[in-house]
Amino acid sequence: MNTTAQDQSVARRRSKGTAAVLVQFLGSMNLAITLLVVVCIASVIGTVLQQNQPYPDYLLKFGPYWFQVFEQLGLYDVYSAGWYLFILAFLVVSTSVCLTRNSPGMLREMNKFREHQQERSLRAFSNRREWTSALQMAEVEQLAARTFQRHGYRYRGKNHGEARLLAGMAGRSNRLGYIFTHLSIVVICVGGLIDGNLLLKFREWTGDLVVETRNIPVSQIDTSSRLPVTRAAFRGNVNIPEGRSAGVVFLNLKDGYVVQDLPFRLHVEEFRVEHYDTGEPSSFESDVVLTAPELDEPIHQTIRVNHPLIYDGYAIYQASFGDGGSQLALTAWPLTGEDRRPFELDGEVLQSQPLEINGREYQLELEDFQPMNVRPIPEAVTRRDVRNVGPSFTYRLRSPTGEAREYENYMLPVEVEGRQFFLSGVRGSPADDFRYLHLPADERGRPDTFMRFYTLLSNPDELRAASERGAQQTMSDFGLEDSQLVPQVAQTARELVRRLMEEDFPSVMAYLEASMDERQVPSERREVLMTFSRLTLERTLWEAYQEARDGTDVRTVSDLDEQGQQFFRDALAALSAMDQYAAPVFLQLRDFQHRQSTGLMIARAPGQNIVYLGFALLTIGIFLMFYVSHRRAWCWMRPLAGGGCQVLVAGANTRDPIGFQRRFQAMTDELDARLKAAEESARRKQD
Amino acid sequence: MSTTPESLTEHFDERGFFQRLSWFDWLWAGTFLLGTLYASYYFAPWMDRYEQGILYISYLTLVWVGWLWKPARMFSVVVAALTLFAIWQYPDLAAAERNFFLNYLLSSQSAIMWMCALFPAAMVVYFAGLAARSEYTQKVGSALTWTASAAGFIGLLVRWWESYLISPEIGRIPVTNLYEVFVLFAITTGLIYLYYEQRYRTRALGGFVGLIITASVVFLLWYHFDRQAHEIDPLIPALQSWWMKIHVPTNFVGYGAFAIAAMVGLAYLVQSRNPERWRQRGFPSAEAMDDIMYRTIALGFAFFTIATILGALWAAEAWGGYWSWDPKETWALIVWLNYAAWLHLRFTKGWRGAPMAWWAIVGLLVTTFAFLGVNIFLSGLHSYGEL
Ligand code: HEM
Repeated sequence: MNTTAQDQSVARRRSKGTAAVLVQFLGSMNLAITLLVVVCIASVIGTVLQQNQPYPDYLLKFGPYWFQVFEQLGLYDVYSAGWYLFILAFLVVSTSVCLTRNSPGMLREMNKFREHQQERSLRAFSNRREWTSALQMAEVEQLAARTFQRHGYRYRGKNHGEARLLAGMAGRSNRLGYIFTHLSIVVICVGGLIDGNLLLKFREWTGDLVVETRNIPVSQIDTSSRLPVTRAAFRGNVNIPEGRSAGVVFLNLKDGYVVQDLPFRLHVEEFRVEHYDTGEPSSFESDVVLTAPELDEPIHQTIRVNHPLIYDGYAIYQASFGDGGSQLALTAWPLTGEDRRPFELDGEVLQSQPLEINGREYQLELEDFQPMNVRPIPEAVTRRDVRNVGPSFTYRLRSPTGEAREYENYMLPVEVEGRQFFLSGVRGSPADDFRYLHLPADERGRPDTFMRFYTLLSNPDELRAASERGAQQTMSDFGLEDSQLVPQVAQTARELVRRLMEEDFPSVMAYLEASMDERQVPSERREVLMTFSRLTLERTLWEAYQEARDGTDVRTVSDLDEQGQQFFRDALAALSAMDQYAAPVFLQLRDFQHRQSTGLMIARAPGQNIVYLGFALLTIGIFLMFYVSHRRAWCWMRPLAGGGCQVLVAGANTRDPIGFQRRFQAMTDELDARLKAAEESARRKQD
Repeated sequence: MSTTPESLTEHFDERGFFQRLSWFDWLWAGTFLLGTLYASYYFAPWMDRYEQGILYISYLTLVWVGWLWKPARMFSVVVAALTLFAIWQYPDLAAAERNFFLNYLLSSQSAIMWMCALFPAAMVVYFAGLAARSEYTQKVGSALTWTASAAGFIGLLVRWWESYLISPEIGRIPVTNLYEVFVLFAITTGLIYLYYEQRYRTRALGGFVGLIITASVVFLLWYHFDRQAHEIDPLIPALQSWWMKIHVPTNFVGYGAFAIAAMVGLAYLVQSRNPERWRQRGFPSAEAMDDIMYRTIALGFAFFTIATILGALWAAEAWGGYWSWDPKETWALIVWLNYAAWLHLRFTKGWRGAPMAWWAIVGLLVTTFAFLGVNIFLSGLHSYGEL
């Protein structure tokens, strides 16, 4: 650009004022590249922070302060946050401006052959080649035209005085490529906008629409949280239990949802999980029946993953599944209070019910039921080494003060180190892992023996009886026949049992040491006393255990078989773990009736076809831009005074100089050969 | 001058593209057509109409590639012949241990192991050739790369067969998990590199491209031995779709091309420290490397665009929306915008050289995160947490 041109453009810019400067700015390349990079960086945020999770989860994760800050920044739904959409919109505007500014020029360029090019300027091209030919100008033109044609050039001829110029151009659709590519960006974004939930957000913002956060039946939801049937886009979810139906979907919005009415009803007959031979799920499918007023016959169809049901612009997808209210038959084993007799109760998953344990009323919230649990076997080598450990259910127990702990119990005993245990997991918050209590299963595969044993030890009268029998025996083993001492020894034994149940065995021993220190027992008697106390404890436990086992008359631990001894040891271990379990009740699953629910996603996307049009434009555009090279070539012919003519071929492609050099070489080689051949045959004709 | 007009016309070739094809071109295309028709008929019970369509489109793509890039023909013949031989020897899974050829060469595990050995070997040989300035050694490097790519390709095809041997219901194309796509990555990168090697008539970059392939081989071996990832698992329902067959391979053409661009960028930076010396070793000129970088990024960008579009179309069918801002999708967008910025800088701002080379390398890091990191660190629909 020379100085005058620069001055002119500055002057032009000034005269056009701020609007022009704005357009200049929006269409500038620097802005475009900056925006591309900024969108990249902004997009990362939403991938690092999981989006659209329940708000309490975020609160738990970030604490109240940062939770607020992040919420204000819209980080829980970055991609529809105002600032993010603003950047995107900026990019779209910038692309549109760029497009409107460049396309007219490009379209004109597509049809311009540049036949006004002068010899002098052609000589400045780096790709050029010259000949002095004996042929007539018309003959040369023919050869050049043929060569141009064969190399993909369309051309135009023009006389420049006595000289003649052939102006060729190839690959002009490359320019269309630019237009298609950039137009597609705009088209895709417009389509995406139509399908996005911007309108919903806007209505929520203006207060026209109220987000529902409570978990209440659809019939009780206020109309201010309901969207009537329209042609607008949405995307929502609904869980339908087997045998039930639904005519709405729930659209997640902020920390709650709104309800979208559907012009049809979906009834779910069955949900199935099919399995491979190896046990992995091979298919999730729902048999649904769709009824609508305008349908004479309901539509029966099976919806599977990757095989949605499309009806009248609504697409219905298999998205998830869950429990749909399975019926559970439970046995409750109270772990606190006076009356420890087990009792039976029934429950339904997803429901909550009161549960009274010795006068305290708890709330039992049954959360989930799993008919099978595939876990790696303990000695697993490969990922195939798994087993099904049977059904499990999870529940929450809420104390009268409102605190809740969550439990996960397995129905069947699970094998751990060759022994069978009932597992019950407990945790204080969803963020923690479950910690499992191992209750040994008796030879009939039930928790009864252990539970009775535990109950006995917690019952003052029965414990007293057991401890007295234990004390008596120990004393007689030690040759002490003083029955006066029995109550005292028994009481120590009870104290030890209490400690064992509240703490663990080492702390029982520590307690004994400490109490002997206190009484200043001389060291030579200590050992005997320790042994005596420990034996009393063991005997007491043993007596209680005997009782729990229905008094089968086995005299001592060593009379039991290995299995029985092991059970006793496991029972003692479970006993001291009970304290940490700290639950008022142990719930045992006896029986169940499984009912599933299917999670369907239902969507309307009227912008989809616009987006797909954009996709087509983009694909075509990119290939045109990359693989059709826009190139020009000229052939300048000037007659020479003594007959024949001077030939100059020049060519240019600014975007692909290296590739073009090769092409230019090939083309001029061909022209060279043609010229020589023609000269030769002319010469021979003369001869 | 004593030449005749007839001999002069040989300097230029009047024939069109199809006329210029040799009898071998036609024979080759014809043979593969028969093979395709047979496969279409023989495997019909396992294919729906989309998959039939994909089969024929693959055939056309193969012919197109083979006609434009002649070495691809011989490569395809060798791969097809050895694969057919392997299948013929492979009536049941146990044959893998009984049969000598399968056991040592052609079962998918053996073939992939050969690939894992040959790619690093090729890299070493390329570098040795560069150090010794030996044309011949570098040719050996090319031969090894060809062989490694063939081994990997055969490994994948035979694995496809093996998946059906386990059980017809488990059978599926082997591009469905990280293990398989790493093999795919090595092959596509190898083959795309070989194309540019021939086109730019230089073998000097082979070692550099070998670096990234070797890195993927190392990962593959770790994944194999530490995680038993080579086992063929049945497909989870979300992946059971014919979209898989086009979405994933298209993506890997993109990844492979981006990887080459980055490695050429690396070579560019290395040579720019002492251009004289590297030129003597047979390095291409800075402009040529710059050009290769552009070509590979353009190729990658084009294929990555298509792959992302295919992904969106698939998502519309599987997840209920063509775009869900799932981490994998979002990272695909990031990768794409990043290379769009690269292309703009080059074409509209005229940037060249070192900054673009650096950017290509950073671009590969971003791409690697999109390809691997997202699966490892982020959760989303692509990790199939829901179903
Ligand atoms: C998401 C947004 C965009 C994408 C994906 C995109 C994509 C592309 C691609 C792939 C190329 C081809 C580069 C090549 O030939 O190798 C290109 C070229 C170009 N783009 Fe963009 N672009 C975008 C936005 C913009 C914007 C906002 C502007 C305007 C400031 C712009 C102006 C241009 C120009 C002037 C060219 C060169 C055309 C030529 O002369 O061949 N682009 N773009």
